[in-house]
Amino acid sequence: MNEACFYVGRNGQAVALADVPDLEPAAFFEAIVAAVQEGRRLACLCADAQLRLFAVLADDGAGTLALARARLREPRYASITPRCPQAHLFEREMAEQFGIVPEGHPWLKPVRFQTLGVSGSPVEPGVMAFYRVEGEAVHEVAVGPVHAGVIEPGHFRFQCLGEEVLHLEISLGYQHRGLEQALVGGPHPLSLKFAETMAGDTSIGHGWAYCQALEALAGIDVAPRLQRVRGVALELERMANHTGDLGALAGDVGFLPTSSFCGRIRGDWLNLTAEACGSRLGRDWLKPGGLRYDLEPERARALRQRTAAVWADTRDAIELLWGAASVLNRFEAAGAVDPVQAREIGLVGVPARACGIRMDVRRDHPYGPYADHPVAVARAQNGNVHARAWVRWKELAESCRFLEEALAHLEAMPPAEEPARDLRLAPESLCVSMTEGWRGEVLHLVLTDGSGRFSRYKVVDPSFHNWFGLALALRGEQVSDFPLCNKSFNLSYCGFDL
Amino acid sequence: MIHILLSRWRQGHRTLPYPKTLPALPERLRGMPSLQGGACPAGCEACQKACPVEAIHPSPEGPRMDLGHCLFCGRCQETCPEGVIRFTRDHRLAVRDREHLQVFPGRELQLAAALEGELKRLLGRSLKLRVVSAGGCNGCEVDVNVLGTLAWDLGRFGIQYVASPRHADGILLCGPVTANMELAVRKTYEAVPGPKVVIAVGACAISGGPFRYQQEQRGGVGSLLPVDLHIPGCPPHPLTILDGLLRLLGRLEEEGRL
Repeated sequence: MNEACFYVGRNGQAVALADVPDLEPAAFFEAIVAAVQEGRRLACLCADAQLRLFAVLADDGAGTLALARARLREPRYASITPRCPQAHLFEREMAEQFGIVPEGHPWLKPVRFQTLGVSGSPVEPGVMAFYRVEGEAVHEVAVGPVHAGVIEPGHFRFQCLGEEVLHLEISLGYQHRGLEQALVGGPHPLSLKFAETMAGDTSIGHGWAYCQALEALAGIDVAPRLQRVRGVALELERMANHTGDLGALAGDVGFLPTSSFCGRIRGDWLNLTAEACGSRLGRDWLKPGGLRYDLEPERARALRQRTAAVWADTRDAIELLWGAASVLNRFEAAGAVDPVQAREIGLVGVPARACGIRMDVRRDHPYGPYADHPVAVARAQNGNVHARAWVRWKELAESCRFLEEALAHLEAMPPAEEPARDLRLAPESLCVSMTEGWRGEVLHLVLTDGSGRFSRYKVVDPSFHNWFGLALALRGEQVSDFPLCNKSFNLSYCGFDL
Repeated sequence: MIHILLSRWRQGHRTLPYPKTLPALPERLRGMPSLQGGACPAGCEACQKACPVEAIHPSPEGPRMDLGHCLFCGRCQETCPEGVIRFTRDHRLAVRDREHLQVFPGRELQLAAALEGELKRLLGRSLKLRVVSAGGCNGCEVDVNVLGTLAWDLGRFGIQYVASPRHADGILLCGPVTANMELAVRKTYEAVPGPKVVIAVGACAISGGPFRYQQEQRGGVGSLLPVDLHIPGCPPHPLTILDGLLRLLGRLEEEGRL
């Protein structure tokens, strides 16, 4: 990587914008392509209304984030997607948000059907040129936006030959509520709420990323004890969602014991979060500078006891899966993603680790308590439904270990008086704040203007990277295996749609 | 097989005894706010300023609160210098009319009355709902979904989520109704055979919630369809949702419970 093209920083570090090299657009894109070819990962590529461009290239081995920027003179440039598939959705997003045309993009379609996009003309969600396979026996299956079940809306088009899926195209945007734009001009009283509702099931993951960005830009440190409590919050969120996912996977292969048990146990995990902060999703638990609700020793003790009990139930319910031949048979035969393709398209989180990619923000770009209290990264090799289930199972055990240690520590450590914090943000600065949500890497890129207000707030939910992975997993599968494959990813629609 | 049976024995029977008894609620749960009258210092606007969604306004008789907007974040309680606002653990929040969500000292929440006449006869013992997620954060869906699990076992009340609107007696909607979901919501509603009910779950579905200032959404389902039941919260506790559904069906009144 050409070091002169980048500012090399770390997760949750504020940097003066002037320190980030301002490149010529052509050099900017060449630097991205070269860095990705050398093994860096394109964690974020975004633009703003002034046609400024920003790129974040993660080196997960070295724990660094390389930042570059540029400014276009006119809203067009030569697309890098043909040489760098990781850029494919980012380029489409910049085109939709700011009318910046990536010339030569092979797949330039709407991302979210933004009604208030640059064109100003009304758009109809789901109306676009879908990829079609032609042939006498080929047929098309269209599903959504309203699905059977309590699920978020999205549209799926399958190109099928008999039962075999040749291609799946996923068209989202139904949940688009304009959150990135709403954050511009902040922080204001609703900003934290916007972060928590990027994806409600990742309230802590996104809320923490928001808090961490503000803390970095305001130049304040958060006491290690409070960071430990945040770790408890994040791992409880992971426990609830992984438990729910494994139960739902069991349900999708008709294995009812685990499905029934886990449905209930997921609620038990959510109740532990509610015990700590009053909300089952952890709403308002965190705040910039610290916590709204602390875990006093007595509460930590009660929580630790309940954690042990709920973990016993969880383990008992999930271990049944690995002894059931019918379950393993179905899990192992479905939804394989090729590890080479997984790297090429930039998968993150559980689906990436299920392809053997060693990647976890908690380990690679440690934040909060994770530098001093590391967690092991769970991995599997086959990239199929079983691998994704297995990674979740391993992560449950590891998160539980973290919880027990952290809660035991908090039991012995009463809260200290926290000084009031001045949250004035540094002007003309940039911060990339990442957390490892239960789905994977949550990234917030925050840029301030001359008066320290947000001039751009970019959010990359792990689902943004991973929806294309689901499409790849479906190739060559049967239509009837879609629910199982879909559940094994369990991606967020609202986190993608923002 | 023996392992499954052993697990079944270990996990036991865990369906909550509600509505015979109330399940334990978390100590920090923020449920129905209690508002004290006549205690506000003249000119104090602390609560109003603290509220991120303009759900609360001072008035001579005390704070007036719109639970349809409230996110139950508790910031008003934190900033009130006189302790006038206090979130209680009372989970019961569902009402029939949007207007009933306006509360102030001396005005109790008018909890949802049961359906009447033909609707009560048709739906009182069997309510099939098509759940529509329309632009929220998927938080309300989490707690709507959980009612279907063994712990809550919605089916024992004759309530069931169904896959097709054709099989439904009404829709249960979460989210503020984004512009991109408006057509889908209308079509889903139209596909439900009448007579039918509409249930709005969460601040978004009632008023747009935290997204109420966004042009990309419609400010809740009430802007499109007549709403029969409003269940406030961000998100509401599952017990709040269940309480609302059972009240609508007259199941709590007739059994004289809770």
